[in-house]
Order: sequence, then C-alpha cells, then structure tokens
Amino acid sequence: MIKNLICIECPKSCALALDIENCRVVKVSGNQCPKGEDYGKAEIENPLRILTATVLCQGLSLKMAPVRTDKPIPKAKIQEAVSEIRKMRIGRVVQSGDILARDFLGLGVNLIATRECG
Amino acid sequence: MLERDLVIVGAGPAGMAAAVSAYEHGARDILLLERDQYLGGILNQCIHTGFGLNYFKEVLTGPEYADRFIKKVRAIDKIEVSLKSIAVHLTQDKILTFIKPGAIQKIKARALIMATGARERTREMIHIPGDRPAGVFSAGLAQKLINIEGLLPGKVAVIVGSGDIGLIMARRFILEGAKVKAVIEIQKQSRGLMRNVVQCVEDFGIPFYLSHKISRIYGKNRVERVDVVKVDENLEEIPGSKFQIECDTVLVSVGLIPENELMEMAGTPSIPGLFVCGNASKIYDLVDSATRDSEKAGKMAAEYLRNSR
Ligand SMILES: Cc1cc2nc3c(=O)[nH]c(=O)nc-3n(C[C@H](O)[C@H](O)[C@H](O)COP(=O)(O)OP(=O)(O)OC[C@H]3O[C@@H](n4cnc5c(N)ncnc54)[C@H](O)[C@@H]3O)c2cc1C
Repeated sequence: MIKNLICIECPKSCALALDIENCRVVKVSGNQCPKGEDYGKAEIENPLRILTATVLCQGLSLKMAPVRTDKPIPKAKIQEAVSEIRKMRIGRVVQSGDILARDFLGLGVNLIATRECG
Repeated sequence: MLERDLVIVGAGPAGMAAAVSAYEHGARDILLLERDQYLGGILNQCIHTGFGLNYFKEVLTGPEYADRFIKKVRAIDKIEVSLKSIAVHLTQDKILTFIKPGAIQKIKARALIMATGARERTREMIHIPGDRPAGVFSAGLAQKLINIEGLLPGKVAVIVGSGDIGLIMARRFILEGAKVKAVIEIQKQSRGLMRNVVQCVEDFGIPFYLSHKISRIYGKNRVERVDVVKVDENLEEIPGSKFQIECDTVLVSVGLIPENELMEMAGTPSIPGLFVCGNASKIYDLVDSATRDSEKAGKMAAEYLRNSR
C-alpha cells in the first residue's frame, strides 16, 4: 500500500510517498533529506512530536516559563504530558536549556526550560 | 543634543542581528531601543519549535532562538541596550525621540536602523459584519495572552484565516484544554505551512474548511455563534451554503503588516543613513531569513558610518 504524507521536519514540507507492508514502512520516497525517511517511518509505526507548553512561575519576574521535551514523544502521550505540565510550578531561577523533569513520564526524554526565567 | 553613531529601534531578532553585525563591521557606538521589558520581540511568545533550522542547523523554539542572540548582544559592551524605551517621533534629520520610564529623550542618530517588526491585521480589515461582542481576538494577541500572561482567552474557538499563527494557536488552545470547532480559510489552499496544517490541525482532528468564510458574528456581550458560508472561485458567497457554529471566541489570523509609522512620520521615503530590516521591511515567514537580511542592514549601516566620517 502507498500512503502519501507531508513531512513536518522543516518548512520545505516534502510530499512523501510511503510504501507500507504489514504496518511497516518498507520504502520512503519524495524526501529531500534523511530526516524525511525517519519521519515517514515514525509517522506510521509510532508517530512522535516535540511537545511545547508553558509552566506557571512563582515568585519570579516572568509569569509563564516556556518548556519543551528535548526529544519527540509519542503522539498518544501528549494529553498525559500536558496534564502533568499543568501541575508543575517553577520557583527558582532557570536558564534556557535547564532540565525541569528528568526522564519525563518515563518516556526517556527530559522536559527543559526554553527561556531564562529570573 | 545627544548624538549617537547608530540607533536601532526594536530588539526582536532583526534588531539584535543588525546590532551584532554592525558591531562586527566596525560600528562602536550602538544604542538598541526596545519598548518591551525583554529583548527578543515576537519570538518570546512563539514557544513552538520551528526556528533556526537554516541558521543554526537545529530545531529551536522562538525563545531559544532569541536567547542565542540575546547572549551575543549582551556580550558586546559597545551595544547599549535600553529597555522599556519606545520611540515615538522621527524627523528627516534622523532626530529620534523616545520615552522611557521617567524620561523623554531626543537623540541625533548618525545612522538609524528601524527593526520595529509588524502588527496584525484585524477583524476590521477583513470586514466581518455582525455584532461587536467581546471574544474576537487577533491570533497573535491570543498567543501572547496564553504564552506570556498565562490567560486562556476563551473555551470554544473558531479560527478565521489559516495563517501560521492561527494554525499554531489551534493546537495551543486544544493543549490548554479549550475546544477548536473549525479553521476557516477563504482561499482554496492553506496560507500557512503544510507542516503546521499537519501537526496543528490534522493531528487534533479539527475541521478545516477551505473556500469558506465567516459571514457574520453574533453575540450580545460575548461571542455566541458565527455564520459560515462556502465561496466560489471569485470568493463570492454560494447561496444556500450557510451553516452556523456555536463558539465563544473568534481568533482572526489574516496576516501581518509591516510597522513603519515612524518613517511615515519623517515624511520622505528615503533618508540617507536610515535602514529598515526584519518584518518592518516585509513580512518574513522564517526568522532565519529575517536574521540574514538584518545582518546585511547592520553591515550597510556600519559602512555608511565609515564613509560619512
Ligand atoms: C506568531 C508567529 C509565529 C511564527 N512562527 C515562525 C516559525 O515557526 N519559524 C520561523 O522561522 N519564523 C516564524 N515566525 C516569523 C518570525 O518570528 C519573524 O519573521 C521574526 O520574528 C521577525 O522579527 P522582527 O525582529 O522583524 O520583528 P519582532 O520580533 O516583531 O520585533 C520587533 C520589536 O520591535 C519593538 N518595537 C516596535 N516598535 C517600537 C518602537 N516604536 N520603539 C521601541 N521598540 C519598538 C517590538 O516591541 C519588538 O520587540 C513567526 C512569526 C509570528 C508572528
């Protein structure tokens, strides 16, 4: 079976054609770089997204600290991750890149701050 | 009157890149004015990823991209940063007036770079008839309310226009626990990038109506519902195609317009030693290209200063 997808790795938005056999991608075409191949495979076998959100700060000059997962997480875990992030609070000064939660939800990714919050 | 070699108005990615590049090309007396209390401009509210792929060869969020330039600017002592400083007047002789807490200052700039960014087009500019209730926001304003102020401006939204900001906000509303009933675009194709259609609209199963428009907004105090109609090739309403969507919020995402009031104030279209870059000169979809062009503006300003000595 051939399935057509748009790669979302970069603004080029390549139109991918995926050759799928038994829920596995056997061939990716239409991509202009190796990222397209990885994306096409993941999108069928286990779709992943980087999650970005904000965390409430307490006692800092910024009210909201922007955060993200340092690697993509399974799409199916996004709602759970968002609920967890909503419960979090930041009460200390953080730098862009600081880890806020290690091995976030046991997914093997870290949740990091993306802005300096003083 | 105080004189400065180079004054830059606006410290978004364009103003910061211009400042750093002007320094690298020899300017040694640079004043960077920013009306906000932070450097970074619009990037601070763009918390999603998708920045820097060309320039840094990495996928960054807006604040991370800004952070890289903030660090560069801060490391150069010849760039004086003045925050909470809004430029309000400009003359043909490059005399710039700005206000900062407790002071009004007039300075004569030998060279000037305008990097004031863009403003959003509003409901008024696309003429949606109907009531004038609360609950109609431009998408970028909603983005600022959520990502900077931590306020969710509505619970059930309809998005008008498929610009990138609108698409990004569709996902943001949903992740914040609100509903998005539809994205409505008058053209046959999305105006925003396909990658945003996929990861912001399709990922969440949001109905995406192409060749449709909102023909009326209803609501007494707050938005209550909207009329949606299908349009033909000439963007004219197709009779009998009308349907209604109940919602409490309408987000308008119909593009940006370069912000250059100060230059209009100065009058002549071309002033020697005045340069414009970033979204103030034309609307950039990608910050990387805005940065590159702004580096050129910084270089040109430094050359102008050198040649006019
Ligand atoms: C919502 C949104 C999403 C985007 N998503 C992406 C993306 O995913 N990837 C990507 O590459 N690009 C994206 N872009 C585009 C990119 O962010 C812009 O091209 C870039 O930020 C423009 O930079 P700028 O410095 O020209 O403008 P801005 O960032 O708007 O900076 C202008 C600065 O000037 C200041 N200013 C204005 N007037 C005055 C005054 N009179 N006195 C003092 N200061 C003043 C403002 O406060 C502001 O800080 C997005 C843009 C928007 C709006």
